[in-house]
Amino acid sequence: MLLWIRTIAWALLLAIGFASAAIFLGWWQVDGPGRYTELNGGVVTPGAPQIGGPFTLVTHKGKTVTEKDFLGRPLLIFFGFTHCPDVCPTTLFETTNRLRQLGADADRLQVLFITADPERDTPAQLALYLEAFDSRILGLSGSQEQIDGAIRAFKVYARKVPTTSGYTMDHTASVIMMDGNGQFRGMIDYHEHESVALAKIRRLIAR
Amino acid sequence: MRVFRKIAPHTLLLAGFLIAPAAFAHDFAAGALKISHPWARATPPGAKVAGGYLAIENAGSTPDRLVGATISIANHVELHEMAMSNGVMQMRALPQGIEINPGTKVELKPGALHLMWLDLTTAPVKGSTVSGTLRFENAGLVPVEFVVEPIGAPSSGHHGQ
Repeated sequence: MLLWIRTIAWALLLAIGFASAAIFLGWWQVDGPGRYTELNGGVVTPGAPQIGGPFTLVTHKGKTVTEKDFLGRPLLIFFGFTHCPDVCPTTLFETTNRLRQLGADADRLQVLFITADPERDTPAQLALYLEAFDSRILGLSGSQEQIDGAIRAFKVYARKVPTTSGYTMDHTASVIMMDGNGQFRGMIDYHEHESVALAKIRRLIAR
Repeated sequence: MRVFRKIAPHTLLLAGFLIAPAAFAHDFAAGALKISHPWARATPPGAKVAGGYLAIENAGSTPDRLVGATISIANHVELHEMAMSNGVMQMRALPQGIEINPGTKVELKPGALHLMWLDLTTAPVKGSTVSGTLRFENAGLVPVEFVVEPIGAPSSGHHGQ
C-alpha cells in the first residue's frame, strides 16, 4: 500500500517537473532571454520574405531618390509601364480611387509607380501619363541598370516580349506593401476585392 | 477583286442591319457573324497604346477567323492575348488570328483576348466613338464603331453594375 502511494507521488512529481521545464523552456525561447532577435543573430521576423532593399531611381519630376527618402512612410509600390493597355492604367485608376476613399489618411502613405520599361518611359513620359491620376502618385524611372536593381530588390518579374511591331512587357501586376521601416507587409493582387484592398491599406497605415 | 466579290453581299446585308437596329443596339453583322458592343477605354495622356474589346458570335456552319483590324487612330493593330500567371501579367501576339468556330461566341475583353491598338495618332476620348475595320478570313472586311468608355471602366464595358 505504502509502496503504491510512493510510486504515484514520484510519478506526479516527475510529471509536474516535466511540465514546468517545458513551460520554462517555451517561455525562454519565445519571450525570455533565448528569443530570436536581431541581437542574437536573427535578422528579420521569421517568415517575412526578404522583399525590398536599396534602390536609386529618378522621379517623374527629375529628382534622384533612394529607399532612404521614403523611410518613415508606408509605401504602395507598383511596377508597370505606359505602353500597357489594361493592367497599368486600371491599377493606377483603382489606386487613385483608394486614395480618395482613405481621405486624410492617404497623406500618410506614399504610392510609387516604377516603370519596368525605362527605355520608353522617361521621367517626362511618366509625368505626362500620371496627369490622369492622383497627383500624390510618384512615377519612378532611371537607367536600365537602376530599374534592374529595383526589380531585383523587390523580387518582381519583368521581361521584354517581342511582338509583331515592337515589344511589350510581362510584369508582376500586384501592388507591394512596405511599412515605414522598409519591411515587406504583403501584396494587393490585381482584381483584389475592393473592400479587401482598402482593409489591407488601412492596416498598413495603422502600423 | 476576289475580296470585293466576297464582301459585296455582306455589305448589302450589313447595310440592312445597320439601318434597322442601329438606334437601340451597338451591334454589327457580317454574314453569319454577329459583332457586339465594340468598346475601348480612354487613355492617360502620352499613352501610345489602347485595348479594343468586342464579342464575335458565329451563327453559321463554317469556322471563320479574325485575322486583323485597322483603327482610325492607330498606326498598327495586333491581336493579343493577356493572361495572369502567378500574379504576372503576360501578353502574347496572336499572328495566326483568332478562330471563331460555328455556334460559338468569342469575347475580346480586358484581361484576355483583345485588339492591341499601337502607336496611337490621337487619344481615344471618353464618350466619343472610334471607327475601325475588322478583317475576317471568310467574312472579309467589317466596319465597326468602338464606344470609348472612361479609364478604368469595368470589364463588361456596360455601365451601372
